[in-house]
Amino acid sequence: MSDDRSRIFAAIREALQPLQSAGKASPYPDYEVGQLTSLPRLGAEESWQAFARNLAAVNGHAYEKIEECAAFLQEHGVTEGYCDPELIDRLREGLGSAFTLHPEFDRASLERYSFGITKASGIIVESGTIILKDRGTSNRLGALAPWVHVAVLTEEAPIFSTMSEALAELGDDPNVIWVTGPSKTADVEGILIEGVHGPGQQLCLHLS
Amino acid sequence: MKHQEIDTFSEVLAADVKEAVRAGSASGVSKRREILAADFPDANAIRELAGQIKQHTLEHLDTYLEQAEQKMRANGIQVHFAWDGNSAKEQILEIIQQRKARTICKSKSMASEEIELNDFLTEKGYDMVETDLGEFILQLDEDHPSHVVKPIIHKNRRQIAKTFEKHGLGEYNDEPEVITQRARKHLRQKYLQGEVTMTGGNFISAESGRMVIVTNEGNSRFGLAGAKCHIALIGIEKLVPTDRDLGVMLNLLGRSATGQQLTVYTEFISGPRSESQPEGPEEMHVILFNNNRTEVLASDCREILRCIRCGACMNVCPVYRQSSGHAYRSVYPGPLGAVLSPLLAGKAGYPELADLPKASSLCGACQEVCPVNIPIPDLLLRLRNKAKTEHADKAAIGTPDMTLWSELATHPKVWRTAMKSANLLNGLPYDMMPIAPLRAWTRQRTLPKWQGGKFRNWMKEHQKERNHER
Repeated sequence: MSDDRSRIFAAIREALQPLQSAGKASPYPDYEVGQLTSLPRLGAEESWQAFARNLAAVNGHAYEKIEECAAFLQEHGVTEGYCDPELIDRLREGLGSAFTLHPEFDRASLERYSFGITKASGIIVESGTIILKDRGTSNRLGALAPWVHVAVLTEEAPIFSTMSEALAELGDDPNVIWVTGPSKTADVEGILIEGVHGPGQQLCLHLS
Repeated sequence: MKHQEIDTFSEVLAADVKEAVRAGSASGVSKRREILAADFPDANAIRELAGQIKQHTLEHLDTYLEQAEQKMRANGIQVHFAWDGNSAKEQILEIIQQRKARTICKSKSMASEEIELNDFLTEKGYDMVETDLGEFILQLDEDHPSHVVKPIIHKNRRQIAKTFEKHGLGEYNDEPEVITQRARKHLRQKYLQGEVTMTGGNFISAESGRMVIVTNEGNSRFGLAGAKCHIALIGIEKLVPTDRDLGVMLNLLGRSATGQQLTVYTEFISGPRSESQPEGPEEMHVILFNNNRTEVLASDCREILRCIRCGACMNVCPVYRQSSGHAYRSVYPGPLGAVLSPLLAGKAGYPELADLPKASSLCGACQEVCPVNIPIPDLLLRLRNKAKTEHADKAAIGTPDMTLWSELATHPKVWRTAMKSANLLNGLPYDMMPIAPLRAWTRQRTLPKWQGGKFRNWMKEHQKERNHER
């Protein structure tokens, strides 16, 4: 309500007037983003190795070969899933004939998809984070509802060393989501359980 | 002597609840400490920086709020303002009616607890669904959160299993894994049915108009994949100036709250879904709400508005651990609540909560762990002073009568005489102490020998010598 708006702004100005007119309002602090980076997490390895280590620390899995990824899926008994149509051709051969890939996500048969494969819009090494942007993700539900999510990092997707670097490149996408490991909760007696609403297994496959 | 309500609550609190709260909060404290020490050489410097950024934002809130509003509108968000809870509720209802919604999925939001949104919309006949696992269980139990991050810290798995059984979510089974899977199955159907998803918001960057929501479970993400309309209810204090500042806050929030470097799902939302995206909201509303926050801003306790709701202060607080969150009789418990709740209650509600600032030993642990370095002990003292000067009865309960003391302390001559004559106490058995609280105190402690007047004499001599030397 426009009335509420003017009331709120008037009340804020009234509250701050004594501070601001006395010149006592706190200045914006000067700082470097370097201090926000965890150097032990960043590590000294090559960036993909460091990313894989950090993803593993939050119980995620990083792979560089499609075959390894396929073995994981088979081991976990997930063979039917959703796949971003733009990735199907690249992945089909490597995955082998054991898998059924659906290029459409039908919300009416949610439970049919035991895995979802979509593109990653980038990764963050320091935190083991996978970046999903709305324009890069073919289907929000496909990347979230199935038990296993495979985020595919293609050649053109950026690899950010730190969170601060990734923050500076959020861009104009209306929905950017940083995924750091599988969905989880500790609401019941503080016991860690994975796979609450989102994936219970979070994978990242690096295509190069 | 009559006791403060919080003490009475703690005395009768069931032993298993007390243990659950103690264990839950203690593990939060150690996880936080370990991760901050492992990741940063000087975590304190980051905490102080975050406090400065938030304080600066609050003290220029008019500028930043206007900037955020403009940016959000330019990004395609419909921005609303709500002076109080009623206004927020009416505006939410109007949007829901326009969307012809029946089912509304809600991601954990303390702001919505403040205005009792669930009750309001349920009474109007809507299917309100809490989707955070803890909040979902609370909704089934018609209970309220007792911690800002771990809402069911006061419940154990057996109670939860019984609740699920009672509500037709399967036979009794108290395995956390089974409980979680049952909730997963039940709630995903709701997400797909829901026409509207409601969320809170952790931060808004004024520079870009981006709002940030963090969840571990993925509930807000699912809500924002299932529904076509998104309503975010966010307090006007949740701003930071720039996207860069979001990094300072995010680095501290997860670590302080749950000992995680980052919460699993960190969403940066600046508008409805993109054109290429088949799922997600085509319409997005942000309701910036006040609910007495401007009064807090005008008070001498405005620092409390820096709070980013991590819950670290409650985890570490000896009073919270002994009494649990519900003892605070308000939405925000612990040291945060002891300051914020009486202030947010407004003039009418204040006297009822005026005792909360007494629920602290002023040990200072809350400030030490606070990611935005809020001087909570100082604020508690300011509020105790407010209670005294405004004669808030609740705050005075259980406080020893200080009339004698204030007489002494305001009359120097009487004071001097009293100090000297109190030397007589040295010969008196403890049982015969003339002042009741002192008698109670000495039952378990030994008083040092009274030295009334000695310091004054020494001071006099000392001053004489100094004058002489000059």
